[in-house]
Amino acid sequence: MAALSQQPGYEEEKLRKVTELLPCRELQAGFLLSVMGQPQQYSYPSIFIYGHRASGKSHVMQVLFKELELPHATVSCVECVSVASLFEHVLLSFFGYEAASLLPRSPSLSDFVRIYRQQCSRSPAKQTRYIVMEKSELLRDADANLLPALLRLQELVEDNITVILLSEISWDKFRPNTGCFEPLLLHFPDYSKVELQQILSLDRNPSYSAEFYSSYINILLGVFYSVCRDLRELRHLAALNFSKFCEPLAEGKVKETDTHKLWRNIEPHLKKAMQTVYLREVSSHQWEQMQQMEKEAEPLRGLSAHTHVELPYYSKFLLIAAYLASYNPARTDKRFFLKHHGKIRKTHFQKKNEKASNHLLGPKPFPLDRLLAIFYSVVDSRVAPTASIFSQISSLVTLQLLTQVSHDDQLDAPKYKCAVPLDFICAISRTVNFDIVKYLYDFLQ
Amino acid sequence: MSKRKVKDAALPVGECITQVQKILRERLCHQQLPEKPEGLEAQHKHLLELLKRTAVHGESNSVLIVGPRGAGKTMCNEILGDLLEETEAQKNLLQVHLNGLLQTDDRIALKEITRQLHLENVVGDKVFGSFAENLAFLLEALKKGDRSSSRPVLFVLDEFDLFAHHKNQTLLYNLFDVSQSAQAPIAVVGITCRLDVLELLEKRVKSRFSHRQIHLLSSLTSTQYLERVQTQLSLPDHFPDGQFAQDWNDNFRSLHMLLVRVTQNMVPHRTQANISGGSCRCQRGRFESVFLLQMLCLSRVSVAKPTIKPIDVQEASRVCFADATANMLRGLSILELCLIIAMKHLNDVYEGEPFNLQMVHNEFKKFLQRKSNSMYNFERPVIMKAFEHLQELELIRPVDGSSAKTQREYRLMRLMLDHSQIVEALQKYPQCPTEVKQWGMSAFG
Repeated sequence: MAALSQQPGYEEEKLRKVTELLPCRELQAGFLLSVMGQPQQYSYPSIFIYGHRASGKSHVMQVLFKELELPHATVSCVECVSVASLFEHVLLSFFGYEAASLLPRSPSLSDFVRIYRQQCSRSPAKQTRYIVMEKSELLRDADANLLPALLRLQELVEDNITVILLSEISWDKFRPNTGCFEPLLLHFPDYSKVELQQILSLDRNPSYSAEFYSSYINILLGVFYSVCRDLRELRHLAALNFSKFCEPLAEGKVKETDTHKLWRNIEPHLKKAMQTVYLREVSSHQWEQMQQMEKEAEPLRGLSAHTHVELPYYSKFLLIAAYLASYNPARTDKRFFLKHHGKIRKTHFQKKNEKASNHLLGPKPFPLDRLLAIFYSVVDSRVAPTASIFSQISSLVTLQLLTQVSHDDQLDAPKYKCAVPLDFICAISRTVNFDIVKYLYDFLQ
Repeated sequence: MSKRKVKDAALPVGECITQVQKILRERLCHQQLPEKPEGLEAQHKHLLELLKRTAVHGESNSVLIVGPRGAGKTMCNEILGDLLEETEAQKNLLQVHLNGLLQTDDRIALKEITRQLHLENVVGDKVFGSFAENLAFLLEALKKGDRSSSRPVLFVLDEFDLFAHHKNQTLLYNLFDVSQSAQAPIAVVGITCRLDVLELLEKRVKSRFSHRQIHLLSSLTSTQYLERVQTQLSLPDHFPDGQFAQDWNDNFRSLHMLLVRVTQNMVPHRTQANISGGSCRCQRGRFESVFLLQMLCLSRVSVAKPTIKPIDVQEASRVCFADATANMLRGLSILELCLIIAMKHLNDVYEGEPFNLQMVHNEFKKFLQRKSNSMYNFERPVIMKAFEHLQELELIRPVDGSSAKTQREYRLMRLMLDHSQIVEALQKYPQCPTEVKQWGMSAFG
C-alpha cells in the first residue's frame, strides 16, 4: 500500500501537509486514500468507519477533504431531526442554493433522488463526491428505508458519489433484517499510551520546555489512563491542571527537573479532579476559581441536588422512614419497630432468599400506611397526622427523593419508593442523631 | 499532428496503473460487469421471451425475479438492453422504473409513474391532483387501449417486498388487475431478495398475480465460481498496453490456489449474521463479499507495486474478516475491562440473569478485597461513568422495562458479549495487568 505521501492523483505538497496534521493516523488515512483512489475514479459506494470516541475519525475526514479540496458534504445525524435537513444540506453543498430550494415542503427520499439526478445531468461529477455522516447510529432510528438507500446511493443516482458513515458502534448492530448493500468496514484503533503522550505533547505551552511538559503529561496519564482514554477529556484535564502544576515553579520552590516534588504537589490535586471535574460535578470555571484560592475553606459544592439540600426536621424522619420501608422486607418491621416483638422464627422461606441483599436489588415499593407506621415509631416526639405531614411527603416526591410508583388515579393507597443512596441517608440520619444502620435488615449482625 | 499509438507499444507504468484502476474500479464499484454471468442463461432467456411477448405481441405478463443479494437481479437491465435492440420493441415500449426504497408510499409511487409516463397532469416536474385523481387518471389511460391501439408499458419494481408493505397494497392490486384484464398490455417485473415474498401479498393481489417466478439461485460449481472471479479482475483485450495486460492476467491466474482458500472461508462468516430472528429468508450473496475483497486488493496496487501479490490478498482478507467487537474491546480502559469481567462472572454464577450497577460494583469490590490492590479503588461515580460508557457502546443493553421509574444504579442490564469474545479480548489486550487477566480467566469469581 502506498504511503500517505505517495498517493497518485494528489499533489505532493498537499499530501505532506495532510501528514503533518494527522499524527499517529497516517496508516488509516493512507488506507482511506488508496480506497478512494484518484479523484476522478470511482470508489466503493459506501464505507463504514468505526472506532472509539475521539479516535480521530471526523478529524481525519475533515483534514483530508479540506486539504485535498474534494467536493464533500458533512452531516451530523444529531442535527438532522428530519430527513429534510439532511437532503437540503447535501444538495446545498454539491449544487448550490437553487437546487436546495427545489425540494418540496416535506421531501421524501424519492424527491431527493429525482432532484439529484436532474442536477447531476446538468453538472456531472468530475471528481468523486463524498457524503460524510457522523454519529450514524442515529440513522437506525430514522425511517427504515433511509439507511439501505444511503448505502447504495451510488447506484440509485447513477453518479460518482460515495457515502461514508462514522460511528462508535460496530456494523453488526446496524444491519437491517432483510439485508442491504454491505459497506467497506474500516476500524480506527484507539491511541496507545505512547501515541496519547505524543499527541498531548503537541498542546504544550511554548514558554516551558518540552521535557517539562512531557513529564506533566506522564503524570497525568499515570493517574487517568486506567479510567479514561478519551483524547478530548484528557486534553481538557491537561489544560485545566497545568497552572497548578507550574505553581511551585512560579513560586521558585522547585526547579524544572525536580520531578518528584512536582509529582507530590500535583498528585492529590489530580485525584480530586477525578472526582469532580472528570465527573462534571463541578464546572471548569468553579475548578479554576478554586485553584486560585489559597486554601479551600469549604468542601466542594457539587452540581447535583443531593449534596446541598436542606430538609425540615420531620421531612428528614419521613425520608429515613421511607428508606427503611424500601430496604427492609415487610415481615421484619415487627422486629425493628415494636417494643415487644416476641420470638422471631427464621422460616425456610427466609433462608432460601438470603443470597441477594436488598441493597443490590434496589428499593422496593411500599404503601403509604406502612410509611406512616414506621414514621410514628421512629420519630421521638408525638406527632399528629396533620396535613403538613402529608404535604411534606408530596414535596419529597417533587424533590425526587421519593418516587411515586402507583398511578395518579389511585388516591387512597398510593405507593412510593425511596430514591436516595445509602451515604446520603446516613448523612441525614447523623444530623438528627438517629442510628439508621441499626435498623437496616441487611446490616444485621 | 497525431501520433497513432501502435497497439503493442508500452505505456509508462504510471499511465498503465491509472488505466487499470479506472477500468477495474468501474467494474467493481459501478457494477459495470463485462459480460453476462454464466449459469443464468436459462433464466435470462425466459425473461427475454416474456418481455418480448409483451413488447411485440401485446400480451400482458407478470413475473417475479427472486434471488439473493448480489446474484445479478439488477442485471435484468441488461436484458432490457437486448430487448430494445429490436427496433419494433424500441419504438413501442414505455418503461417505468420504481424502487421500493425510494417510493415508500403509494402516493409517491403514483406520482413517479405519472411523471415517468409523461401523462397530461404533469407540468414541468410537478404532478397535480390528489392520489385518487391520479389513480383514476392512470387507470383510465391504461384502460382506454386494447391490444391493437395502445403502447405496451413495462413496470420494473425493485425491492418488490417493500411495496407489499404499503397500505392495502393498492398499487400492486391495480397493476396486477390491469395485467389480468384485457386492457393495455403491461408487463410487471418484480425484483426481490426474499424467498417468501408471496406470503406477503394479500389474497386478492396474489390471485391476480400469475405466480411466475424466476429464481436466480446460484448453482455454480467451485471452478465456475472461481473462473467468474478471475474474469472480473482480468483486463479486457482492448487495453492499450497489451504486454502489461498479459502480465497482469497471468499473475492473477497464479493466485488461484490462494483465492480458493480465502473465498471458501467467506460464506460461513457472512451468513452467520443472518440467522437471528425475523421472517426473512434471504441468503447472503457470495459475490458481494468477493467484490469487497477484490476492491481491497485493487486499492493496494500502485506504481511501486504494479501487480497483485499473495500478501495483498491476505491483507485484504484480514480486513474483511476483522472482528468488530474484538477491535472495540481492545480500546476499552482498564476500569471498563474490569467491569466487563465482573459482569462475566455474574453471568456465570447467576446463569444469564440481568444485573445492575450495584451488583457489578459489589463483584468488583470482592476482587479488590482479595487482591488487596488499592490501585483500582475508584469512587462510585467514576465507576458509574465507565458503566454508562459501556452502555453507549451498546456492549450492555437495558432489559425492556419501565426504566424511567428506577434509579440509574438499579436499572437491569444484559451483557451483549459472549464468553469466548471476552476471553479472546483479554488475551489480546495490550499491556493487561496480570491480576486482571487472571481474574478474567478464572472460572469462579
